[in-house]
Amino acid sequence: MSASATSIIQVIPRSRRGVELMLLIVALVVAVGAYVNVGITMQGRVPASTGYYAAALVVLAVIAHVTLRLRAPYADPVLLPCVVLLNGLGLAMIHRIDLAKDEATAAEQLTWTAIGVLLFVAMLVAIRDHRRLQALTYTSGLVGLVLLILPLLPVIGVTRNGSRIWVNLAGMSFQPGEVAKLALVIFFAGYLVVKRDVLALAGHRFLGLDLPRARDLGPIGLAWLASLGVLVFERDLGSSLLLFSLFLVLLYVATERSGWIVVGMALFIAGAFLSYELFGHVRVRVDKWQHPFSDYGGQLAETLFGMAYGGILGRGLGEGRPDLIVYSRSDSIIGAFAEELGLTGLMVILLVFLLIVERGLRMALACRDVFGKLIAAGLAMSFAVQVFVVIGGVTGLIPLTGLTTPFMSLGGTSLVANWAIIGLLLRISDQARRPQLPAAPVSEHTIAMAVQK
Amino acid sequence: MNSAIRRLAVAAIFLILALLANATYTQAFRADDLNGRNDNRRTRDEQFSVDRGPILVAGQPVAESKPSNDRYVYQRTYANGPQYAHVTGFYSYLFGRSGIEQTENSQLNGSDPSLVFRRLIDMITGQRQQGASVTLTLNPRAQKAAYDGLAKNNYHGAVVALDPKTGAVLASVSTPSYDPNLIASHDLGKVDNAWQRLLKDPDKPMLNRAERETYPPGSTFKLVTLAAALSTGRYNKDTQVASPARMDLPQTTADLTNHNGRNCGGSDNATLLIALRNSCNTSFGRLGLDLGPDALRDQAEKFGFGERQLPELGGVASQFPDDPNQPQTAQSAIGQYDVRGTPLQMAMVAAAIANRGELMKPYLVAAVRTADLKTIEQTKPEALHQAVSPEVAAQLTEMMVDVVDNGTGRPARIDGVKLAGKTGTAQVSDSRPPYAWFVSFAPADDPKVAVAVVIEKAGVERSDIAGGRLAGPIARDVIQAVINAG
Repeated sequence: MSASATSIIQVIPRSRRGVELMLLIVALVVAVGAYVNVGITMQGRVPASTGYYAAALVVLAVIAHVTLRLRAPYADPVLLPCVVLLNGLGLAMIHRIDLAKDEATAAEQLTWTAIGVLLFVAMLVAIRDHRRLQALTYTSGLVGLVLLILPLLPVIGVTRNGSRIWVNLAGMSFQPGEVAKLALVIFFAGYLVVKRDVLALAGHRFLGLDLPRARDLGPIGLAWLASLGVLVFERDLGSSLLLFSLFLVLLYVATERSGWIVVGMALFIAGAFLSYELFGHVRVRVDKWQHPFSDYGGQLAETLFGMAYGGILGRGLGEGRPDLIVYSRSDSIIGAFAEELGLTGLMVILLVFLLIVERGLRMALACRDVFGKLIAAGLAMSFAVQVFVVIGGVTGLIPLTGLTTPFMSLGGTSLVANWAIIGLLLRISDQARRPQLPAAPVSEHTIAMAVQK
Repeated sequence: MNSAIRRLAVAAIFLILALLANATYTQAFRADDLNGRNDNRRTRDEQFSVDRGPILVAGQPVAESKPSNDRYVYQRTYANGPQYAHVTGFYSYLFGRSGIEQTENSQLNGSDPSLVFRRLIDMITGQRQQGASVTLTLNPRAQKAAYDGLAKNNYHGAVVALDPKTGAVLASVSTPSYDPNLIASHDLGKVDNAWQRLLKDPDKPMLNRAERETYPPGSTFKLVTLAAALSTGRYNKDTQVASPARMDLPQTTADLTNHNGRNCGGSDNATLLIALRNSCNTSFGRLGLDLGPDALRDQAEKFGFGERQLPELGGVASQFPDDPNQPQTAQSAIGQYDVRGTPLQMAMVAAAIANRGELMKPYLVAAVRTADLKTIEQTKPEALHQAVSPEVAAQLTEMMVDVVDNGTGRPARIDGVKLAGKTGTAQVSDSRPPYAWFVSFAPADDPKVAVAVVIEKAGVERSDIAGGRLAGPIARDVIQAVINAG
């Protein structure tokens, strides 16, 4: 893992902020264009709110961009434009479905976008060095745990659509699970930095695989139980799956032992089998996945009809019927895109997500410290898993589990949490790409200290 | 650690690839299947928003889409709804399509592959997609005469008129009928009510009796028996056949009797001409026994029995029993027992005789044209079988003219027009009133129209003359409507 500083040829990193600006302009043009397009097809005119919408989006993008210039000049230039594009398209689609349903939730989502960007800025300003977060390992763990338990508490916990994952505070509702994701990644990373050597020790060799020792199974067992707890008590299949896979991914990165993946898969299959056998709500999900047309107007059926209706090129924004899909602004928003932008548009969106994931993993590769590597890899893979689980569920590849599509779905907590995650990723990226001072001759003393450690 | 991260990068690519593959399957390969499903609101609503082409009869629409101000852009309306109901069918949001609306759907809504060029132009010029028009072969005056003849008397029955030279359907009516406008309405509550009422109606108004219901053809089937006899060369119109009042059916205690309980033509023997003129059951029963069931079936099939006719309207096949014994053969020869014919089929028998023995394939769609009147489909008349030789056809014609001039078909006579015809009554059971039949064509020397009329519940009188008296005038009106128009 160690990045060698002994090489003579020094790559001089460029800040690439100019590239970011160009990409941002493209993203903004597409997002505002989509908004105008919706107005023209649905209302026959350029919407009066275009100026407000465009100005808000531009200002927010500029704030984020300037913050990067000032506080993280060497951060990855692709991530922010990708996020702005997805966020902007999401807003346009939410506005489009608002028009069909004669409601107004897009403005709310725009407000949440602003809060998200502010949090993004706050992350970059407050965290000068991500390694400091390592000191917060157990605090983060506690915060993550509390956030997970919060919806179960009486009075403030709320059950919606069968899942108890909401919290009502001062008239506002939150999905604390989205924030828990960030806290838990920090916890897992901090924990694994310390424990990775123990967990990486060879255990039994079986069928060509290094399986861990039985007494090292404690942590993964706990993560498994916690995920099952989320599934059982909050009935939140998606978060449960995400939580467990995050831990598994980080364990694998920290130890490089595929044996953990085998153990994890075995636990996953056991958990999936158990919950299918024991819990009615899981069986219902599987049943609806296998028989999408059994009830008229079902979520999956309407999404599939919408996708077929959209075909390869899509109906065009405002020309489809995505309002027929339930939760078409939140969980199923990708179905609305597949219908109106077609397979082509869906491919673009999926590839933008893939770009975010791969850029995140690239940061993990480039990062010079274990803690940063783990966080970057964990957060990047959290997007990959979340996108797979929610879009796979909505489009009928796997049973529907109910997660938000990052940056696109209507819903404040998710949006804000994901902006914060991007802020942290860019902080790590900046640190990774920032030019190092030429390596000072290593003194005997420091080597001795390193060995002692 | 880096190798693990690289493997994760590959894993992430596979996750997204799986999503892409699944979406591609749904949106590119499974799309047609999903779009075609009945529970797909999107495609159903879209179909309802298409400017559907009209169904035309002699240039006038009998079904057309008119701009509508309610939840859909167009309202399908049917001029003279009940008159054409079983031909046009209906186009309903809740209950799908029937009739020509169903069989020509892809042309009417403009989705047919033959219209792809037209659609492209519409797309480029920004026009709404417009469906093609379907022109039917029907003659509006014949259709009206047929419908009025049945409906005015509250008859349950059917009329089919064909152009014997081409097979074009000139009239196709079934009563009682219904108004397709009720089913096509956008007031879905009312539509559902109307639908339930029509379904529960014991008179089955939505049943197309002309092409989709078979009846025992009764004495009109004697034309087939006679054709089979003449085709052997051993018979002509002057051949003497037995014509007693009562004929002992072999292997049974039952007898075959004539309608009036007397012999035909005043003696126990008569010529075939006299036997047909008086529709003599005993003569034709005997003839059937002499010819045998295979000869009868062969002849029936040459007239179109055993094949589905006019699939455009879901026409069913008429039947001659598979393996009748002797008494059943005798019964079959006079159109009883298990012989079943659609009104269309019996019109085809008359039409084949009229067309010098050549049976033409019946058809209903004359042409399909785009909205800008470019013809994209034109039906060419097609021969099905040589049912009988021209000589036999000539003899049959002569004898059928005699039936109208001197026999049971007298009620259908038209001054100045040589009419060939054959009456029939068919009993299903003693408790049910018999069916009255009349098949005919005219003018006999240059046939322009062949007509079959069937009336259910034709009163209590069971004599063969009832067929002529009830059904004859309707056939006459239809024939006059066609001849006078031409």
